[in-house]
Amino acid sequence: MSNVPVNNGRRRFLTAATSVVGGVGVVGVAVPFIGSWNPSARAKAAGAPVEVNVSKLEPGQLIRAEWRGKPVYVVRRSEEILAGLSAHNGQLKDPDSEKPQQPVYATNEFRSIKPEIMVALGVCTHLGCAPTYLKGNFEEQVEGVTDGFYCPCHGSKFDMAGRVFQSVPAPTNLMVPEHSFPTEGTLLIGVSGGEA
Amino acid sequence: MKKFILAVLAVLPMLAIAAGPSLQLDEANNDLRDKASLKRGFEAYINNCLACHELKYQRYNRTFADLGISDADGVANYMYTGEKAGDHITNTMPAKEAAKWFGSSPPDLTLEARFRSPDYIYTYLRSFYVDENRPFGVNNKVFPDVGMPHVLQNLQGVRTMDEHGNLSEATGGSMTAEEYDTFARDITNFLEYTGEPNKLERESMGYWVIGFLFILLFFAYLLKKEYWRDVH
Amino acid sequence: MFSNLMAWIEQRLPLMDAMNKHAAQYPAPKNFNFWYVFGILASVVLVNQLLTGVWLTMNYEPSGDGAFASVEYIMRDVDYGWLLRYMHSTGASAFFVVVYMHMFRGMMYGSYQKPRELLWLFGMLIFLVLMAEAFMGYLLPWGNMSYWGAQVIISIFGAIPVIGDDLTLWIRGDYVISGATLNRFFALHVIALPLVLVVLVFLHILALHEVGSNNPDGTNIKKPKGSVPPEEQSKFAFHEQYTKKYDIVDAIPFHPYYTVKDLVAVVIFLIIFCGVMFFAPEGGGYFIEAPNFEPANGLKTPEHIAPVWYFGPFYTILRIIPDKLLGAIGMFGAIIALFMLPWCDRGVVKSLRYRCTAHTVNLIQFAICFIILGVLGTLPATPLNNMIGTIASFGYFGFFVAIWIYSKNEKTQPVPERVTGK
Repeated sequence: MSNVPVNNGRRRFLTAATSVVGGVGVVGVAVPFIGSWNPSARAKAAGAPVEVNVSKLEPGQLIRAEWRGKPVYVVRRSEEILAGLSAHNGQLKDPDSEKPQQPVYATNEFRSIKPEIMVALGVCTHLGCAPTYLKGNFEEQVEGVTDGFYCPCHGSKFDMAGRVFQSVPAPTNLMVPEHSFPTEGTLLIGVSGGEA
Repeated sequence: MKKFILAVLAVLPMLAIAAGPSLQLDEANNDLRDKASLKRGFEAYINNCLACHELKYQRYNRTFADLGISDADGVANYMYTGEKAGDHITNTMPAKEAAKWFGSSPPDLTLEARFRSPDYIYTYLRSFYVDENRPFGVNNKVFPDVGMPHVLQNLQGVRTMDEHGNLSEATGGSMTAEEYDTFARDITNFLEYTGEPNKLERESMGYWVIGFLFILLFFAYLLKKEYWRDVH
Repeated sequence: MFSNLMAWIEQRLPLMDAMNKHAAQYPAPKNFNFWYVFGILASVVLVNQLLTGVWLTMNYEPSGDGAFASVEYIMRDVDYGWLLRYMHSTGASAFFVVVYMHMFRGMMYGSYQKPRELLWLFGMLIFLVLMAEAFMGYLLPWGNMSYWGAQVIISIFGAIPVIGDDLTLWIRGDYVISGATLNRFFALHVIALPLVLVVLVFLHILALHEVGSNNPDGTNIKKPKGSVPPEEQSKFAFHEQYTKKYDIVDAIPFHPYYTVKDLVAVVIFLIIFCGVMFFAPEGGGYFIEAPNFEPANGLKTPEHIAPVWYFGPFYTILRIIPDKLLGAIGMFGAIIALFMLPWCDRGVVKSLRYRCTAHTVNLIQFAICFIILGVLGTLPATPLNNMIGTIASFGYFGFFVAIWIYSKNEKTQPVPERVTGK
């Protein structure tokens, strides 16, 4: 630009310094614009943890709770079902729940906090349909297994711990949401025990 | 240029006179940083005002969080209406019926402190006086022919107005004048809070942003000086 | 590789050439003063309004039932929603502050005179669209002042003989201001008018760069080719579009000299802007008026309906004329007079520095009258205020009459060939 270049070092330094500080400013300005896309207080209030009374749940009975717009299946599993869960481990994709489809405290044999209460999102991990609970007539789908979930959309099959069977399109086990039992008969979906 | 500015400055006071007199209000002197006062105001509001006046833009859990009340504590002690902590602070008064009872339905007060002013609310709460000509037997000095009864009368007591428009000392209330002023100040404080729950956050953010801009100004100014050495 | 790509693009769309033409090799007079920063500031505010406006639209609900609550939703429930909203509401007032300053600059230094008439007209169109934009935007929060302000302004169109009443009905789309009105104002405010505004700003800058920038001395920095010895020409390199026909004097490239200078101005402006936005976003009741914290209510008029401050001058002219039609004519006349300024002024000397004393006096009285009218617009219409307003209105229109008279045979001082030091 100029025919008389004066102190180019200082000029470069000030250009760089101003650019850096200005860049910080641009990032700062971006914060409200980006931050405003987070779930609002309204969305958070609507997505707040849901309380379910499980004290009157009969063995084998399923109730659907709604949490954050998704169905949550809550089933009381009988002793026989619990005992039979490990029998078909060989037919499952992820029998030991190695994939992170459940909170740490539910990473166990029954994928639950209380063995008898199963809590899982009723959303097939294939393409998001709601699997049907086949109570006592699951054997048409998998021989030797009496109860389970069958997805009517593309035929994915899950057992009574929400674990997916082999050779079906669903890639992973059903998602187990964060949940806790603040009192003996109440299930709180959406928040783990420590935070409640 | 200087002549111009001086001339403008000379004219402005004239316009201030043209603005005319305004209603005399007492200063509320409330403090949004005083959490204890806000909590007392919240409690007083819920017990005395909420039955008729909703705060329908304000959520319970937001109020709990800002006032330092835990959700469990809040739900147990402050929520007589609503179901979940995330609900808005509303009541169940049917608006149409209310309009029949009071002449007009009691307004929502979430934004009252911004619509009027904190000073107005403070003065209003303390300016009821006996007036047998009104349906509820009371009137208000800053809100003539007000439609609502003096719901805090058993706390403040009764005041009368003399022919010069001055209010007497309150008699027969359960609170002393100072106690009642504090009570009114707490409610005022709480309503200023609900008017703009972000006010303190806004101001503290303002200091940071402006501080940052001064740093940017420092570098930008030096940069400008440096480049403009080329220009003769 | 990268330079090949750049060359490939350049051959097809000369972007770098355009950048040079309008920034790095654009000759800007070196003597721009304080008054020359407001154009840049206006574009900063424009960008602010466009961005925050888009973001507000994401959570705003344009309906009679939902608008007011959705603004409070933005203010409370949306993360940083309050900040975006205040940026937008403060930006609206800031826009008019900088635009009024920018216009006054043009009047002081004769930037509207030949050959910059078209530039001035584009600027006036921007001002007109900006007023429409601000007016429609003010209805959107659906507060009580929004409602009644719109009611009053729309009623002005009812003053037009014969078609007036049908016209107001057509603008509202209902017998009262309603959700239908709100919806059409929303559509115009968020897309139609901003689009027009951006195009006009683009044309305004193109027109500016075609004729070149004026300066506080009102001299011409483009001298006929070959008339200036090389050692007296500007030592900087400029785009050949400018140097082909002219010898350039007293000029510096816009970039980097004015970019760094304007950056300082922008930062100072932002400090003031943030001071208002973070510590007094209601602007003392002038930027966000108190009655607007109550939802729109067609049965309850605010005690004193005042338009937002930036409409004040024109609103006062409307109000002091005791006839509906004449009042409306007066108000629109005040804006049309500004459009006509390049032809009202018959002088050849641009800057007030070298014009007759009468011109300086005239300009000062105009500015004072404009401010008085603005302040009065926010005050109740008492007889005293109306009297002051009448005098100020005479001052306002008198400016245009007076300039037409004295500019014919004006006694001016000699304009220097080259720019002076300050």
